[in-house]
Amino acid sequence: APDPLITEVQDWASGLGEGVDATPYGLPIKYESDVVRRNVEWLTADTISSINFTPIHALDGTITPQGCAFERHHSGAIELRKEDYRLMINGLVDTPLVFTYEDLERFPRENRVYFCECAANSGMEWAGAQLNGAQFTHGMIHNMEYSGISLRTLLEEAGVSPEGKWVYVEGADASSNGRSIPLEKAMDDVLVAFKANGEALRKEHGYPVRLVVPGWEGNMWIKWLRRVEVMDQPVESREETSKYTDTLANGISRKWTWEMDAKSVVTSPSPQAPITHGAGPLVITGLAWSGRGAITGVDVTLDGGKTWTEARLAAPGTDKALTRFYLDINWDGSEMLLQSRAKDSTGYVQPTKAQLREVRGLNSIYHNNAIQTWWVKANGEAENVEVS
Amino acid sequence: MAVVSPVAAEKFGLGRPALPEEIAAWDLDVAPDGTGLPTGSGDVFTGEEVFAEKCAVCHGDFAEGVGNWPKLAGGQGTLDHEDPLKTVGSYWPYLSTTWDYVNRSMPFGDAQSLTPDEVYAIVAYILYSNDLVDDEFVLSDETFKQVELPNADGFILDDRLDAEKHFWNPEPCMENCKDSVEITMRALVLDVTPEEEGAEAAAEAAPVQEAVAEEAVEEPVETAAVLDPELVAKGEKTFKKCKACHQVGENAKSKTGPILNGIVGAPAGHAEGFRYSKAMKAAAEDGLVWDEAELAAFLAKPKKYMKGTKMSFAGLKKDSDIEAVIAYLQSYSR
Repeated sequence: APDPLITEVQDWASGLGEGVDATPYGLPIKYESDVVRRNVEWLTADTISSINFTPIHALDGTITPQGCAFERHHSGAIELRKEDYRLMINGLVDTPLVFTYEDLERFPRENRVYFCECAANSGMEWAGAQLNGAQFTHGMIHNMEYSGISLRTLLEEAGVSPEGKWVYVEGADASSNGRSIPLEKAMDDVLVAFKANGEALRKEHGYPVRLVVPGWEGNMWIKWLRRVEVMDQPVESREETSKYTDTLANGISRKWTWEMDAKSVVTSPSPQAPITHGAGPLVITGLAWSGRGAITGVDVTLDGGKTWTEARLAAPGTDKALTRFYLDINWDGSEMLLQSRAKDSTGYVQPTKAQLREVRGLNSIYHNNAIQTWWVKANGEAENVEVS
Repeated sequence: MAVVSPVAAEKFGLGRPALPEEIAAWDLDVAPDGTGLPTGSGDVFTGEEVFAEKCAVCHGDFAEGVGNWPKLAGGQGTLDHEDPLKTVGSYWPYLSTTWDYVNRSMPFGDAQSLTPDEVYAIVAYILYSNDLVDDEFVLSDETFKQVELPNADGFILDDRLDAEKHFWNPEPCMENCKDSVEITMRALVLDVTPEEEGAEAAAEAAPVQEAVAEEAVEEPVETAAVLDPELVAKGEKTFKKCKACHQVGENAKSKTGPILNGIVGAPAGHAEGFRYSKAMKAAAEDGLVWDEAELAAFLAKPKKYMKGTKMSFAGLKKDSDIEAVIAYLQSYSR
């Protein structure tokens, strides 16, 4: 029968839509209102010190819109005006300095795209498949284009003393969330950023100024950055001793596990993004990233790892940024055990859960970069599972 | 006319020198060797009192933790077990970390309000709770170095490049990699994924929200008319001090403290299912009603107003803050 959406004149084809000023700053259309950050309430005592998840199952491309990019706060997202913003560089420097926001805008600027992944991303999956959805298993990640200045520039402005080996960076919020970073990294690719995806940082991402520490765990990307102290030793703060350390099976814990290893996930189909169209052409897609370099390839398997096929990268992988991959197949409508496997420019290959557990046990909490399996059933629904 | 010339790799001359007082105000971090500790001291007994008043509401009277809030004591010898209990006593390698964190970031919602002596006392009590010092112990910048935490040697530097070098394998298997594949675990068995309320109604969610918003606009009109919006806005800011424990508004729930919707004018102990202190229950039975005067008196000095209340908040010093918070709470009349 003819489609009435075509044969009948629809309201939107005869009436009028909204004028240009209806929404001076736009939100997604209401039909996309389910594409939002989500929280797992049982994870933490209170949403003020908690984390939520990017809806990666519903996004495409590589840039994460700020409005749905995951948030992690330790004492809540504060409101700090540019006019009230101060950044101090002190410690082992020739001249301790204070900068205003306006001062920062006068230094030469850079634009760089990087992913930011919480060290605890996939952390709930160490002991077994738990959460049903790519958003929940892999959504503590976002990828933005940052505009800002090199931290090196600011450190050189203050003049780093030869005894300086570390920088201690802290935020203006009540948690301060201080972290120690080796001077070598601080002088390499760390950015003091004030714009993301072209616009001011959002409150929840550290407005007006945050640190960008490419490839390293998100906890080090200090929000509301207020102070950088050059030191000859690390502070060993709460966030680098009691948290963000990885306990192995023998009870010994790794510390200073800063780099995020290569990782990938199929974002669709997945539990929150089932196949609804039946057999035939199917786009399998996902994201891959590495904190050690660029993604060079992604393999996808439909049979739980017996046979792998190289996926198509939407664009060549770039340093410490998300890469989008696609595998276009003709689905025969039978069950699939869908996995993806990332490879990076250092020759690292994303391990299986069994391989990771063999080295680290089950108690690490952080840095779970294992291969994820979705069991896609004949009806198109998908479930988070583990396979032999 | 401005001359455009490439900026030399030299200094830009931006910013200004930081003053010693400014550095002193912000440079508070304490290193494992004690560098950065201020002069001061505190004993276990004082620590127990301060802890009960300022910390116990989340961390428990004995540092054992309340609900999902962090446990600060216990867990020694569990690090190689399933689900190890990581506390100051069982896991934290350096005492400086505890001192530094308590000093700068605690109490939750009222950070940087403790004196150095109070911090020394609290940390002494945490050590005592972990059986690491006896009840005579006095922690000070002098005695600090005597304390070594049990897990000081429990850490190694990141050894992934070595221990996991087999993950660097540029030619992974592509074909006939396994004989068989079995499903060994399913998320649905555990099913801890957050429920989506009316998941299939996702597309309808927006209109529903709009309807709720319209309703909400109609209702508070009468109360809104008497409330000064500026005062309510001020109260919202002041309420940040309360947020660590209390929620108010749409979707609010009882957390560490009871839900506060409709608290102004309500009988004491009105939040269903909340475990009030004995003192609060007794006051409720005596017919206490939270009118503006009673609330104001309570908020000024909670522990003085009601001996035995679980509310560990020290109180709002300014009358104008109290008035504002009450106005803010009134804006959530139900």
